[in-house]
Amino acid sequence: MSAAHDDHHHGPAKGFTRWLYTTNHKDIGSMYLWFSFAMFLLGGTFAMVIRAELFQPGLQLVDPNFFNQMTTMHGLIMVFGAVMPAFVGLANWMIPMMIGAPDMALPRMNNWSFWILPFAFAMLSATLFMEAGAPNFGWTFYAPLSTTYAPETVTFFIFAVHIMGASSIMGSINIIATILNMRAPGMTLMKMPLFVWTWLITAYLLIAVMPVLAGVVTMMLFDIHFGTSFFNAAGGGDPVLFQHVFWFFGHPEVYIMILPAFGIVSAIIPTFARKRLFGYDSMVYATASIAFLSFIVWAHHMFTVGMPIAGELFFMYATMLIAVPTGVKVFNWVATMFRGSMTFETPMLFAIAFVVLFTMGGFTGLMLAITPADFQYHDTYFVVAHFHYVLVPGAVFSIMAATYYWLPKWTGHMYDETLGKLHFWLSFIGVNILFFPQHFLGLAGMPRRIPDYALQFADFNWISSIGGFLFGASQLILLVVVIKCVKGGKKATAQVWEGAQGLEWTVDSPAPYHTFATPPDPKLIHAQ
Amino acid sequence: MKSESPASSTKRLVTKLLFAVVGMFAFGFALVPLYDVICDITGLNGKTSGRYEMAAETEPVPVSDREITVQFLAQNSAGMDWAFGPNEAQVTVRPGEVKVVSYKARNPNDFVMTGQAIPSVAPNEAAQYLKKLECFCFAEQELQPGEEVDMAIRFFVDENIPEKITKLTLSYSLHDITDYEVAVEGIAAR
Amino acid sequence: MLPKAKLWLGLVVAALTLFSTNLQAAWELNMTQGVTQISRDTYDLHMQILWWCVAIGVVVFGVMLWSIINHRKSKGAVSATFHESTKVEIIWTVIPFVILILMAIPATRVLTEAYDSSESEIDIQVTGYQWRWEYKYLRQDANEEEVSFYSIMSTSREEISNDLPKQEHYLLDVDNPLVIPINKKVRFLVTANDVIHAWWVPAFAVKKDAIPGFINEAWTIVEEPGIYRGQCAELCGLDHGFMPIVVHAVEQEEYDAWYAEKQEQARVTREMANNVVTMSEALENGEQIYARNCVACHQAAGTGLPPAFPALAGSDVVNGDLRANIDLLINGVPGTAMAAYGRQLNPIELAAVITFIRNSFGNTTGDLVQPADVNTILQEAQ
Repeated sequence: MSAAHDDHHHGPAKGFTRWLYTTNHKDIGSMYLWFSFAMFLLGGTFAMVIRAELFQPGLQLVDPNFFNQMTTMHGLIMVFGAVMPAFVGLANWMIPMMIGAPDMALPRMNNWSFWILPFAFAMLSATLFMEAGAPNFGWTFYAPLSTTYAPETVTFFIFAVHIMGASSIMGSINIIATILNMRAPGMTLMKMPLFVWTWLITAYLLIAVMPVLAGVVTMMLFDIHFGTSFFNAAGGGDPVLFQHVFWFFGHPEVYIMILPAFGIVSAIIPTFARKRLFGYDSMVYATASIAFLSFIVWAHHMFTVGMPIAGELFFMYATMLIAVPTGVKVFNWVATMFRGSMTFETPMLFAIAFVVLFTMGGFTGLMLAITPADFQYHDTYFVVAHFHYVLVPGAVFSIMAATYYWLPKWTGHMYDETLGKLHFWLSFIGVNILFFPQHFLGLAGMPRRIPDYALQFADFNWISSIGGFLFGASQLILLVVVIKCVKGGKKATAQVWEGAQGLEWTVDSPAPYHTFATPPDPKLIHAQ
Repeated sequence: MKSESPASSTKRLVTKLLFAVVGMFAFGFALVPLYDVICDITGLNGKTSGRYEMAAETEPVPVSDREITVQFLAQNSAGMDWAFGPNEAQVTVRPGEVKVVSYKARNPNDFVMTGQAIPSVAPNEAAQYLKKLECFCFAEQELQPGEEVDMAIRFFVDENIPEKITKLTLSYSLHDITDYEVAVEGIAAR
Repeated sequence: MLPKAKLWLGLVVAALTLFSTNLQAAWELNMTQGVTQISRDTYDLHMQILWWCVAIGVVVFGVMLWSIINHRKSKGAVSATFHESTKVEIIWTVIPFVILILMAIPATRVLTEAYDSSESEIDIQVTGYQWRWEYKYLRQDANEEEVSFYSIMSTSREEISNDLPKQEHYLLDVDNPLVIPINKKVRFLVTANDVIHAWWVPAFAVKKDAIPGFINEAWTIVEEPGIYRGQCAELCGLDHGFMPIVVHAVEQEEYDAWYAEKQEQARVTREMANNVVTMSEALENGEQIYARNCVACHQAAGTGLPPAFPALAGSDVVNGDLRANIDLLINGVPGTAMAAYGRQLNPIELAAVITFIRNSFGNTTGDLVQPADVNTILQEAQ
């Protein structure tokens, strides 16, 4: 605690320039989080348009082209604008405090990696107002729909992706450098909180695959403007090549969006079960195994593309294998709860919902891995249900759990527990009404990315839309809770939660502008 | 690590990571030729290899009495309005037997156009056993206004083709690769 | 308490009524069993994996729920101190692994079965276009009359825009369905003209990507006569949701008769191109063809969706030189979305649709185009 009051440090500057020039990891973390929340609302608005159009059969609100723009922009904004920056924001705030470092290793680059993001998304969103319209080829932007047949705005999309990629890569380098070089004495690798571990592995994944994404959009750029034929059969290229390169990025990307969530849940469950995390070592190894496997399963997104049977079998087996380390994680969380002394504050509720609903997404993932069954599931709402289960009550719930969990540390005030619980229950009910019926829709044969559907799909679409509106509206509660909590509320202690362990809970609440300018007492560092 | 200052070790680490980034960017592009090699080996996507260079001067001869049906398909890609199709619907060959078949193409427009045919074979695994000695797909085809040509393929089916494959389909998709910067007046005239 | 209960009951009843009025079709909850060996095997496999998942879920969530109920602080639970056990970790690594092997065995079997594309009796080339399918039956001999046709959604734009009531097979009906015989191995050679599409019929458990420039193969043996419906399963642009697939599976004799009739039709169409049509016939026929082929881009009122899809109302081309207009329709405009309809419509249809657009949307050229005129231009081109 004494570290916080180091006298030669000063507080934040005043005014807008504080945020523009800041190199403080907490400021940058906050900006990332606010930015991601704004993107969450923007992407959510697009989702509401989609669900409103699908409320009834027939076209009521938008034309098919705008619908395609909505599905594309929803996907891009949520993946690159909401989920990824939220995790980077949490990493910025928490990693230095968790490992006893005074700041990130490269604070100026940190400022850069945040501030280029708003430009990327402004550029991407601006296409909505251009004559040719926003990208309408799906967030997976398969060639040649995204090259030869794309609206002119595709070039803005490509540059936006380049900037997002640069931001992610800079962020990852910073995180790796921080974790490897800035740990306080006594903070050995195997004593690091799992959030730090999962982020270390995530950052390596990002460094491995974001350049590949940059490569694939660069190839698109060349095909569109410079007459190359990477993905054009006429010039000896192959549209399927696009899919291989894209998913070589895309599958690890999926784990980039879930590994930090594992870390968050592994912090929250022990706190509220008042019991050490079960099987810390196996958690680390399981995370590493998942990361490794993520590189050799990409073609399971392409089972219907016409691969030789040996390829289909290899990718099926490899994909099924992922269930093993993922299972280990789930079992460890359950074992942590088992014979604990549990209380159920909002972060814990979100964490438990995460475990249950993410596991359900995992089950459908396993089903999708089975190649012959995938021939029926592929590109239907079953897939939509699957990945929304892992991303919304998976990744997004973990971010909300993290927000509630660390909010008192960030603001110095306790959040409104009643509103928090209301937010949880409405979200939990809403998300299930929203996505569960989509399993049925997919099995019954409704393709994804269609603006209108046959009559037998009407009932479940109607229900799903109601769930969507409920879930969407509930998120405004989170905004209220956070604003209330920033403005005031019951004073939070340093410890905040009775069962909380770790260095971040040894500093005051709110955390001082500069923490651990002198390394913490090694005696404070315990095995997790 | 202990002997050096944190700043210099960070610098070294960042340099290494930047190399990794550049390396992975290059790897993305390396996937392009790598993919072609894999396609060549496995027949992924039904891509056929280029011209088959015979080892000896002698022509391949039938080596087995198995009969394999080879079907011919044609397909125009978007924006290609040539009349294009095979002159034979299908032929029966024995492994090792050299056959010559032809496709007809006609440019109906009043300007010169260039086409490129891209072969594809189904089942995909059969692609590697179809050896083309001569094929119009090895070159771009330039046709004068109204010109009609017969374009030949000389091929044989490799004797190692798996027993279960009794029929294979050779499909050509024809693409318009005319340089319209040059031909644009022709279009404007329409 | 009581009024609250009543309120809930009322809500449930209201919800149920809403459902039942909305209940136009059965509540389809599960994958279809389909009408082929592969589709049934796929269904069985799907159910088997599903039940494994349910069983695992019951055990894992059961333990969790039990802990949540019993090991809560409010009940005075005191937390235990155990936090690792290599033995337990090994157990819950090995058991899932064994279950995965049990899943992989039937999965491999079904996949091998689905990949056996040997010795088909009928081969059909399936080509995806923005936004229609083309079916071409492969011949033994190039001199036979070729059966090939486009299959376009027949649901009217008015049904989609809610101006007409929706029919039973809303969005799932086509003008020309694919016809195949039952109990025969039919092979599909799937490809595409422009972007990637995917040909999917759930009842056959066949889904194959249609990739421009390459052919993929799939096959089926349908066991029961019937009408089977599917949709394009890969995002392919504007009207991706409006390119259904309809397959009629019929007895062999019926198929033979249909095939012979189609061949005859192909012959007649070539010859009939010389018939003379009246203005009203041409307009009526042209309107239907326009609704099926052109409306997606050029819109019902001929207003188009500029800049990508130009308006026809008041258009210089449509009101200008007739020959140039016909040429444009036949050859398309390279590098744009305007397709070459010379190979998609027959001369009668081409003549009718040209007549229609030149005399609708406020265009008043008064031109009546005869199939023979179009045929001459087509012949010149050939």
